This record gives sequence, C-alpha cells and structure tokens, in this order.
Amino acid sequence: MSGKHVAKDQPTSFEFNTTNQKRIEEILKKYPPERKKSAVMPLLDLAQRQHNNWIPNAAIKKIGEILGVPYIKVYEVATFYTMYNLAPVGKYFVQVCTTSPCMIRGSGKIVNLCKKYISEKEGKLSEDKNSSWIEVECLGACVSAPMMQINDDFYEDLTVETATKIFEGIKNDKLPKPGSQKGRIGFEPNKRLTLVKN
Amino acid sequence: MPKVKVDGIEVEVPQGATVLQACEVAGKEIPRFCYHERLSIAGNCRMCLVEMEKSPKPVASCAMPVADGQVIYTNTEMVKKARQGVMEFLLINHPLDCPICDQGGECDLQDQSMKYGVDKSRYELNKRSVKEKYMGPLIKTVMTRCIHCTRCVRFAEEIAGVPEIGAINRGENMEITTYLEKTLDSELSANVIDLCPVGALTSKPYAFEARPWELTKTESIDVMDAVGSNIRVDTKGWEVKRILPRVNDEINEEWLSDKSRYACDGLLRNRLDTPFIKINGKLQACSWDEAFKFISDNIRGLTGDKFFGAVGDLVDVETMYMFKRFFKDVLSSDNIDFRSTNYFIDPSHKANYLFNTSISRLEEADLVVLVGTNPRLEATIINARIRKAYLARKTKVYSIGDVGDLTYPYENVGSSFSALGEILAKNGKIYNSLKSAKKPVFIIGECGLSSNGEYVLETVKKILKDNNFLNNDWNGLNILHQNASSVGAIYLNLLKSNFLDKLNDDTLKAVYLLGADQIKVKPVNKFIIYQGSHGGLNSKIADVILPGAAYTEKQGLYVNTEGRVQDANKASFPPGNAKEDWKILRALSDEFKKTIDINTHQILRENLFKDYPIFKEVDQLPKSTIDSLTFKNVTPINGNIKITDFDFYFSNIIAASSKTMDECKKAKQILQMTGTDN
Repeated sequence: MSGKHVAKDQPTSFEFNTTNQKRIEEILKKYPPERKKSAVMPLLDLAQRQHNNWIPNAAIKKIGEILGVPYIKVYEVATFYTMYNLAPVGKYFVQVCTTSPCMIRGSGKIVNLCKKYISEKEGKLSEDKNSSWIEVECLGACVSAPMMQINDDFYEDLTVETATKIFEGIKNDKLPKPGSQKGRIGFEPNKRLTLVKN
Repeated sequence: MPKVKVDGIEVEVPQGATVLQACEVAGKEIPRFCYHERLSIAGNCRMCLVEMEKSPKPVASCAMPVADGQVIYTNTEMVKKARQGVMEFLLINHPLDCPICDQGGECDLQDQSMKYGVDKSRYELNKRSVKEKYMGPLIKTVMTRCIHCTRCVRFAEEIAGVPEIGAINRGENMEITTYLEKTLDSELSANVIDLCPVGALTSKPYAFEARPWELTKTESIDVMDAVGSNIRVDTKGWEVKRILPRVNDEINEEWLSDKSRYACDGLLRNRLDTPFIKINGKLQACSWDEAFKFISDNIRGLTGDKFFGAVGDLVDVETMYMFKRFFKDVLSSDNIDFRSTNYFIDPSHKANYLFNTSISRLEEADLVVLVGTNPRLEATIINARIRKAYLARKTKVYSIGDVGDLTYPYENVGSSFSALGEILAKNGKIYNSLKSAKKPVFIIGECGLSSNGEYVLETVKKILKDNNFLNNDWNGLNILHQNASSVGAIYLNLLKSNFLDKLNDDTLKAVYLLGADQIKVKPVNKFIIYQGSHGGLNSKIADVILPGAAYTEKQGLYVNTEGRVQDANKASFPPGNAKEDWKILRALSDEFKKTIDINTHQILRENLFKDYPIFKEVDQLPKSTIDSLTFKNVTPINGNIKITDFDFYFSNIIAASSKTMDECKKAKQILQMTGTDN
C-alpha cells in the first residue's frame, strides 16, 4: 500500500449545501464549543457525501475554517483514514475485502473480476467513468466472506457468478439487492441451524 | 516531592516531572529523539526506554510521570536490548547516506547508533523512499531520512504558532510535510533545522558548505534586532558559514529568528574593503592616508555646530564611545544622534526607555497591551515569549494599532491615542482586563513613540502607576527598541533634540555617518563621511568612505532592549583594507593632531568603564529601581498611532545585502499572493 492519492485537478471552491449546513449545526451541538474540532470526522464524511464521494482540498480548507482548526490538522485526519477519498472515485465505488478470511474464501477471484469488469488498475476509473474499485482491509463481515462494499452497501457471500451479476448490474446502472447473495438472513449457519435450533 | 531511585541513586524531583528528568537529575544520560524539553511530550520514538521495577515491560521514560518510590534502572541488559531493538527499527528505513548528509558529525541518530546500533541489518525488503517536500528557502528536506519524531510539527504548532507542518498518511507511509507544500510562514522557521535529530531538515543556504568539525566556533551576540539573542558564529577561514543560537534562558531560550540566523551571507556581499574618496563627483579607491588627508582638508577649521554625527543601527558600544570622544575632543561638537526617524526618548531615568519587565518575566504576564508595535517582526524572540505566556496562562493581548497576524489571538482596539486616555479614565475593555490582572505588561514600540511619544509614554506610566503596577516588584512599562545599538547609545547619551531639523539645516557643513544607512541625508553643500561595513544608499552619496568591520569582525559590547550589556566576540576579521571602527576613529584623530590616547581595545574598555560604569555589568539585567522616576502631566491629544511597515527581511544593511534574506522575502511575497485565499 502506498500513501493516499490526492487528486491533481482540484475544484477551486467548496461550499456545504443548505441541508448539510443544518446538519453541521446539529453535529456541532454534540460537542462542547471549545472542543468543536472533534467534529472533524463527521464533517469530512458530510463533505465526501456531498461531493461525489471524494473530498477536495477546498473542502478540507472549508472544514478547517468552520472548526477553527489549522488546515494541516484536517488534512492529517483526511489522509490518515482510508475511507476518506481524496481523489475522484466512480459513481459505484467498489471496495473488495482481501483480509485473511475473505482471502481464504476466494476474494482473489473477486479482485480478478474487478480487473476484468472495472479497470485493470486499482483505484482507476472504469472506461465509462462510472465505477472504480480498491482493495481494502477487513470490513468486519468475515462470517459472510468473501464480500465487497459498493458505496454504502455490503454484498456478501459472493461467488464468481453472483459477483459477475453485480458487476454487470453496475454497467447497466441496476444493482441487485445488497446483503447475502445466496439468501442468508442474519448470520445463520450455511446449511442448517445447529445451536439454538429449538 | 516524589523520591525515586535511579540505578541506586536516590533523587528527589518536583511533582509532575518525568522519569527521564529524574534520570537526568541522577546524572544518567537517556538517549532520545522525540523528547525535547521545550516542546510537548510525544513519546513516539521509544528510544528513551528504561527498566522500572514492577513493570513487566520497559517504559518510555520521557512520557512516564514520576511517582514516589519508583525504582528505575537505566543500564541493565534489558534496557540495552530494548534500545537496540528500537534503533534497529529506526534504521530500517533510514538511508545509509551519512557521507553526503549535512547533519553528519552533529547527528543524534549517528551518535546514538554508535552506542546502540547493530552492525548489520536483518531487513531484506526494499527500504521506503519519500519525496522531498518544499518548506521554503531556508529548509532543505531529505524526507527519506525522517524518523518521524514530530519535533518540527510540535515546534511549528507550539513555539512558532504557525501550525502548518503535519504528518500525513499513516503507518509506513507517514510523511512530514507543510500544508500543500507551502513555505513555512514564520520568522522562526529555521529552528526546525536545529530541532531535527537527523538530516531530514537541514539548512538550505548552508548545504554542503562545511563539516561541523572544520568550523571555528565563536560565541557572540546577535545584532539584527534589539533582543540581543545569544549566538554562536561558525567560521571557516574568513567566511562566516553559519550562525546558530546559544542557550540563554533569559533571552532567546534556544531559538533564533531567521534573520539572525541567515543574514550572515550578507557579510560576504556588498562589502566596503578599501577607503574611497569622491573626486569630481566620482568615488575612487584610495589609501587610508589619502582618505584621512581628504577629510582633514575638507573639514578643518569648521566649528563644532557645523558637524552632525549619525550612529547606525548595528554599532557596538566601544565604537559609539570612541565616536563621542572623537566629536568632543577633535571636533568640539556634541551633535550626535542614534535615531534614523524621530521618536521620543526620555533619557532621564532608565525605566523610561528600557524593557523593564525583562524578557524572561514576560512569561508571568497575564495581560499584554501592545502600543504601536509589531513584536512578531520587530523582536521575533520576544513575540515567542508572549506566545508562551498566552499558551501557559491564556494571557489576554490587546493592540493599539493594527499589526496583522501575531501568531496568537489578540484584540485590536483601534489605533487612536484616545484608547490610552480611555484606560486612564478607567473605561473600556482594556481597563476591565487590567482591573483583574495581576501582572500586566505594556509594550511601547518605536511607532508608538514616533508622533506623540511623550504623551504615550507618560500616559502609560500614569496608567501603571494609578493601578499600582509600576513598583520595584513588577514594572509593566516596556519600551521595545528595534536596533541593537539603541540602548547603548542612550546609555552614552547620544541624543540630540530636533536632530532631524539640524541635519537638514543649511548651515550644517559636514555629516559623519557611522554605519548609519537608514537616515535620510540631503547631500547638498555638505561634506559626508560614511564609515561602515557595507555599501548602501548612504555610502553612495558620501564624499569619503571609510571601510569598517561588521559585528562578527570585532569585539564589542551591545546593550539589548532590556538594558542588558553583552559581549560579542570577534569571530572573523574585516576584509581587505577595512579596519575595526574604533581604530579608524583613533587614526583619524591623529590626522587632526588631537590624538585620542587609546591604543588597545583593553584601554578602550577601561576608559569606557571609567566614564560609564553602567557597561561594566556584563550579562546582567540593570538594577533599576523606580524610586526616582518622575511623572509628567500631559494633555490628551487626538490622532492615531501610525504603524509603519517593517520590512523584516531587509531591516538593516547586512540583511539587505543577504541573498538568503532576498529569497525569504520573495517566498513571503508569493505566499501572500497565493496565500490562503488563492
């Protein structure tokens, strides 16, 4: 893994929209006024959601101004956490978990599918500029490995077939239902209930 | 106070001290990279590990508070092995480029690896490499060498007050950088070079100039401002290679402003190295004898009132004393002044023109009122102290006069003189703060004293007296001078009222400029003698130029704004035919057949001490009581305090000759242009 990729082409200005400005007010109420810099992470998240799933430098500056924090401090936080994107990502942003449990259950195949359907290189936009993918560390759904996250939704219990279907769905702008792709509900065992049967 | 045992030695340390400090009290040296006594504790390099009884693992002594009864070991096998392990990790990604690294020879990592380093690496993967970062014209970066101690990050945030350096990314990819790689917008920026324990941040102007063991080190005093920072001048042959701060807790702690540190390349440029005389409107090089003869031919027979002597901003006390003697004994004149602009000085009592609170006690202040001064530019080190007070006790700062960013929050109360009258009348915001303050400080700058100085000074005195803050325990009256020569000149009483009118008077026949570059002289019907180290505007209009020595090239006393006399040593010698300034004056007196009988520097000092015993007390704060201080009633006036622009990087002739300062100024201009608002 290398350091975070920061976009070269940056928009010159960034403003929170009115809904988000109201939300910021709500968020700031959660912290004592002298500690309002604690709100840096939710604000970065808001900015990311507002700005096509990535945070431009102008937004970092804006957040610094709102919270009275030096820009570099916001920048530090934004580069530290992997879930903040500092460069454009696709409308469908696929994060494939490749940590040990998923790897054992075959995440390598999912990665190969990403290369085939989205782009050869991780983090690069697809040809239709619609999607991009990256490998990530554990997303906490080991019980239904292998899995991937597309924007805010988990797609679990993947196989090559179901994953292919999802990737084709991305192309046609029509995603299948999130969750387990083989119909499991909750974390019930794969074949039959064992422990709390009765 | 908790008692702890370090390697069997029992020591008592104050509550809240760290184990590392306890070990130092016991005389044990603890290796460290991230810990620095003037910065906050980070505890991330892990080099200071020690063994503590009842602790299963080694503890980082820099971050461990002392508790009663702790038993510490610093020399066990476990400690050694732990530190070796830490060192091995640090060296994994540190390049083996000591032979081409400027830090070589004065590198903490190099020194400590001699003790804790292992002879070979077990790491077989690729080392990481990090792109260089731009941090301005003073700081050269080789970020692959960085060990992430974060000293620079903490310095910028805490001491300099410009939180622009940070650590981005994480884990193996962590990198130290300035925000979007901009120049560090601080007058103290180059101190991160000293703080960096490895060669990641080194000095750009000094890059590949010399090795530390080749340099001759001379302890001296800085003259770029009136603070009198303690410096060490490193020379190789004649050249001053670099200037570093010396620790003096009462003045500069261990910081140094960028100008003091890097104006030294101005000592190599633009120098006057031979006498010149003006013949038919053209300056021509000549010998000393010719120059002296030319002077005496032109001014012999003039009466004392036809002369005017202007003393410059970098002149040492001995030279000023000699200058005064020369004017008195040879020219029978006392028309000397050290100011270049007209500002008010009341020499009747020391408290009227000194920084009475003293720089170190500024830390105790709980209210600071700046009257027509921008301490960030005029006295960077003092500004850092105010910031320290602000950090420690949330000191409230007010400014009369808009002075821009000071690196700490302050309230601007307009620039009208009436702001002072308001406090005197027990009204307004400042008075409300003053009421609850215990140790308030008023700092009056030269701008504050320039148009209606007497009113400003007397009103501030009265305010402090009315509220009982002007006594022998706490004297909140401070005058902040801008020049290194100012207080020394006032001690020598080189003051002349209405000196600017005298200078422009048509009856004046001769002007002697002793390193005076700032003062404006109309070169009409006047014979102008310029004596100084550098060529500037005033040397161009001179009829005779006598090449003198710069501050690193002579021994001399300087008095800082607190009134503290300090001895600057000779680190180098004047170039070419240039001579030390007092010797020039001595030789010139010969020409007039009125020899001043001083032949060595020692005799010069003895004479000086005899006439002005005040200079005898070197390195001490003047003992001043306010018992005989007189007060005057002044009538309120209208108008504003005008803050004149202070060109930090070009404020004196050495800095103006410096290439580095020129680059700094350009970098600053670019920063202001693109700035934070694009």
